[in-house]
Amino acid sequence: MTEARLETGVAAGRLAPEEYERGFGDLHPPLDRHEALVAADRCYFCYDAPCVTACPTGIDIPMFIRQIATGNTLGAAKTIFDQNILGGMCARVCPTETLCEQACVREAAEGRPVEIGRLQRVATDAAMAAGRQFYRRAEPTGRRIAVVGAGPAGLACAHRLAVHGHEVTVLDARPKAGGLNEYGIAAYKTVDGFAQAEVEYVTAIGGITVEPGRALGRDVTLAGLCAGYDAVFLGLGLAGVNALGTPGDDADGVADAVDWIAELRQASDLATLPVGRRVVVIGGGMTAIDAAVQAKLLGAEEVTICYRRGREHMNASAWEQDLAASKGVAIRHWLRPRRVLAERGRVTGIELEYTRLADGRLDGTGETLTLAADQVFRAIGQSFVAAPLDGAIALEGGRIRVDAEGRTSMAKVWAGGDCVAGGDDLTVSAVAMGRDAAESIHRSLS
Amino acid sequence: MADIRSHFVGIRSPNPFWLASAPPTDKEYNVVRAFQAGWGGVVWKTLGLDPHIVNVSGPRYGAVWGADRRLLGLNNIELITDRPLQVNLDEIKRVKRDWPDRAVVVSLMVPCEQSCWTDIMAKVEDTGADGVELNFGCPHGMSERGMGSAVGQVPEYIEMVTRWVKAASRMPVIVKLTPNITDIRHPARAARKGGADAVSLINTVSSITAVDLDSFSPEPSIDGKGSHGGYCGPAVKPIALNMVAEIARDAETRGLPISGIGGITTWRDAAEFMALGAGNVQVCTAAMTYGFKIVQEMIEGLTAWMDQGGHADLDAFVGRAVPNVTDWQYLNLNYVAKARIDQDACIKCGRCHIACEDTSHQAITSTVDGKRHFEVIEAECVGCNLCVNVCPVENCITMEPLAPGSLDRRTGRVVSPDYANWTMHPNNPSSVAAE
Ligand SMILES: Cc1cc2nc3c(=O)[nH]c(=O)nc-3n(C[C@H](O)[C@H](O)[C@H](O)COP(=O)(O)OP(=O)(O)OC[C@H]3O[C@@H](n4cnc5c(N)ncnc54)[C@H](O)[C@@H]3O)c2cc1C
Ligand SMILES: Cc1cc2nc3c(=O)[nH]c(=O)nc-3n(C[C@H](O)[C@H](O)[C@H](O)COP(=O)(O)O)c2cc1C
Ligand code: SF4
Ligand code: SF4
Ligand code: SF4
Repeated sequence: MTEARLETGVAAGRLAPEEYERGFGDLHPPLDRHEALVAADRCYFCYDAPCVTACPTGIDIPMFIRQIATGNTLGAAKTIFDQNILGGMCARVCPTETLCEQACVREAAEGRPVEIGRLQRVATDAAMAAGRQFYRRAEPTGRRIAVVGAGPAGLACAHRLAVHGHEVTVLDARPKAGGLNEYGIAAYKTVDGFAQAEVEYVTAIGGITVEPGRALGRDVTLAGLCAGYDAVFLGLGLAGVNALGTPGDDADGVADAVDWIAELRQASDLATLPVGRRVVVIGGGMTAIDAAVQAKLLGAEEVTICYRRGREHMNASAWEQDLAASKGVAIRHWLRPRRVLAERGRVTGIELEYTRLADGRLDGTGETLTLAADQVFRAIGQSFVAAPLDGAIALEGGRIRVDAEGRTSMAKVWAGGDCVAGGDDLTVSAVAMGRDAAESIHRSLS
Repeated sequence: MADIRSHFVGIRSPNPFWLASAPPTDKEYNVVRAFQAGWGGVVWKTLGLDPHIVNVSGPRYGAVWGADRRLLGLNNIELITDRPLQVNLDEIKRVKRDWPDRAVVVSLMVPCEQSCWTDIMAKVEDTGADGVELNFGCPHGMSERGMGSAVGQVPEYIEMVTRWVKAASRMPVIVKLTPNITDIRHPARAARKGGADAVSLINTVSSITAVDLDSFSPEPSIDGKGSHGGYCGPAVKPIALNMVAEIARDAETRGLPISGIGGITTWRDAAEFMALGAGNVQVCTAAMTYGFKIVQEMIEGLTAWMDQGGHADLDAFVGRAVPNVTDWQYLNLNYVAKARIDQDACIKCGRCHIACEDTSHQAITSTVDGKRHFEVIEAECVGCNLCVNVCPVENCITMEPLAPGSLDRRTGRVVSPDYANWTMHPNNPSSVAAE
């Protein structure tokens, strides 16, 4: 055990180089050929398969698994990409335990679903490794579409529009394309620069110009885009973060989990990334889990997730919770933050109040608990920042209102992904919405 | 505890499980290991005349696999023993001396000349072996030289050679039949006429297992070319069961002892062969797939089943299924069964639905009241059993007979308690009306 490991406060380089490597290596290493065949053999080729229904992009799962089983791995990849051009990322990040694999009949039969996600990765990895492009662009239509946001929604939309022969410009405020694939997803789910490789694979079809560092509301206006393009797709994601709303929230060492994760994802050397010795994460979703697990993997001695409701209320799936527990993260329930404790402006701990449900309402019990902490992460949800829309588009519950095809209240403007109301904030759902909006745009332009 | 000692055409063995003439019985080393593992007997790998034959030095086997690469069918182009005759005879003698309680039968294949058979019978007798099996079954290689299935496909040759062998020796003679023939009863009848003590079947089925789509060579490929082989393993069991039953119930061969062979992998398979009239069984592919230890499962499984069913010894159940094998024309056409799905066991894969919908009688729902639900529509179900066969959950779908007097909602007719078969059916032009 090195001394660096136990350094108090927020410090970098707590671990030996190989410990970083181990911790941040592929969470699910790819299946080899034999493993893939064994896994594929388990699929029953169901009729009207429940797994397909459960996949937000509706991939023909029994078909692609059958193709893998018969040695037609590239054909399997095409089956996947036909529905989900980001099938490679989805294979890595989808919470399959609550999607396709939960619906798999073998989950019902023996509590062990077909490993759909990992099989999907076998096929998509093979196609990407072979540099195989399955789609050729239709004859140019001369139509130009602006896509704002190069996250999963924007990329899926851009690709489908390019397939139909349209000319697409993708703007993104960030320096790199990919959205949360590049800046948000836990590092161990998407290793070896996969997000950028996928952006390249998706845009290689041609007809897509990515313009990073260009923000709607800062560098361009919605009115300007509408004037200059035949249609606009908004895939803005959630740029805002919910505040704790407790005294001391602004102390040094209190940070937004998403910002810290973005920093982690961009760090060229994880050993340079500071992390607290005692870390508290406030929240109960995927972001809270990811922040906590990665803090632990960076060498934090104690990491505690505090969630204001019970285990069953957490947005993070049981599988994600187990993952956190297996990495040594403590998850505590029925606790809400009351006060951040600080000395000389630096966080030293957090005071939490026990909660309970009374008549369906969350109530404080008055009893408190203080946890020592030198780093506190807020992970209590992100919010949509509507300012760049200049009030021109109707919202619903703080996000963009769209119809079933992704049309907003404004003519020529579509939207999809996390920024629209009623979604489930998953990569795969963003892909589905981007794709469907592209079809709607295409229909409206032809 | 049930007595599984076997007494087959005068040959005693502690259990009815013999290893068939094939690589597992190729030499002393293998046979001793087999006996150590518990096998009741062996039929030694087929002997021939010197100079001994040669095998290819490339692949001998091809295969067909099921899910998880489970071996379902094996194909081989191996010939008979590729060792000198005397080496084999010496080993046989030693093994029989060391293992007196086990059955040692010697498989033979020599040219169709009486002197060849007479000579070799004398040599075999000298080993003290319990009997001989005449290999009239091998469908590849040897058949091109006028032996093996080339003999087994001509009943007159079978009868002739069997007679020569019987004349040359007092040893029990088992005639091994080839399935590569249109009606298995003819060679079996010929064997009986020639004086055979028993028949054994089946030998392998002529086959090509696969084609390499890059080289366009059949598998197994020897330097880019392939030759048909002999197919065996679980895939051939149904073919073998039928042939055993045909011989067991044929008027001319009824009572002729049968050694059942073909795809036997578990005690259950063995019991099925024996219920259809086999006095004992021989196993090859299962041993070649899993090793000799499987015989322990066979011994224990058979004993437990016999205990449970109150079968004191093998004779108590051998042939018990034979009277129930009949011709199609005698099946009861008044018997009506309908599929029923156990909703608690159903995992909603939908395979029964799509099988019935696309290829049969549109008798299984996929949606009921807007929900995914699979249920048999009795008014459409013809009771074909396809859904049972494609359902991945055992006993989830069962065929339930309709009680006499109840209504068959498909035909609108009341189920009759009477037996009525095709010979009596009004649609049969040559019907001999029941009334
Ligand atoms: C920490 C974390 C972990 C997650 N883990 C998972 C997971 O494991 N599995 C899963 O399925 N989902 C996960 N999610 C959710 C998933 O990442 C999102 O649902 C998905 O990325 C949404 O895609 P999107 O295209 O709508 O938005 P984003 O991916 O957020 O992309 C939006 C893009 O728009 C750009 N943008 C925003 N505003 C502007 C502007 N004004 N001008 C120009 N560009 C702009 C942004 O820079 C960004 O690139 C996670 C989310 C977080 C925060
Ligand atoms: C590799 C191989 C070689 C065989 N050689 C012989 C043989 O020499 N003589 C013989 O009578 N049968 C031979 N057979 C046939 C087997 O004895 C047996 O009849 C057949 O394999 C069916 O039984 P199974 O399904 O248990 O394998 C051979 C089978 C195999 C697989
Ligand atoms: S539900 Fe499971 S078994 Fe059925 S098709 Fe989908 S993956 Fe295969
Ligand atoms: S089974 Fe044995 S002899 Fe046959 S190919 Fe394999 S290693 Fe060689
Ligand atoms: S095949 Fe069997 S398990 Fe599948 S839906 Fe039909 S009854 Fe249910």
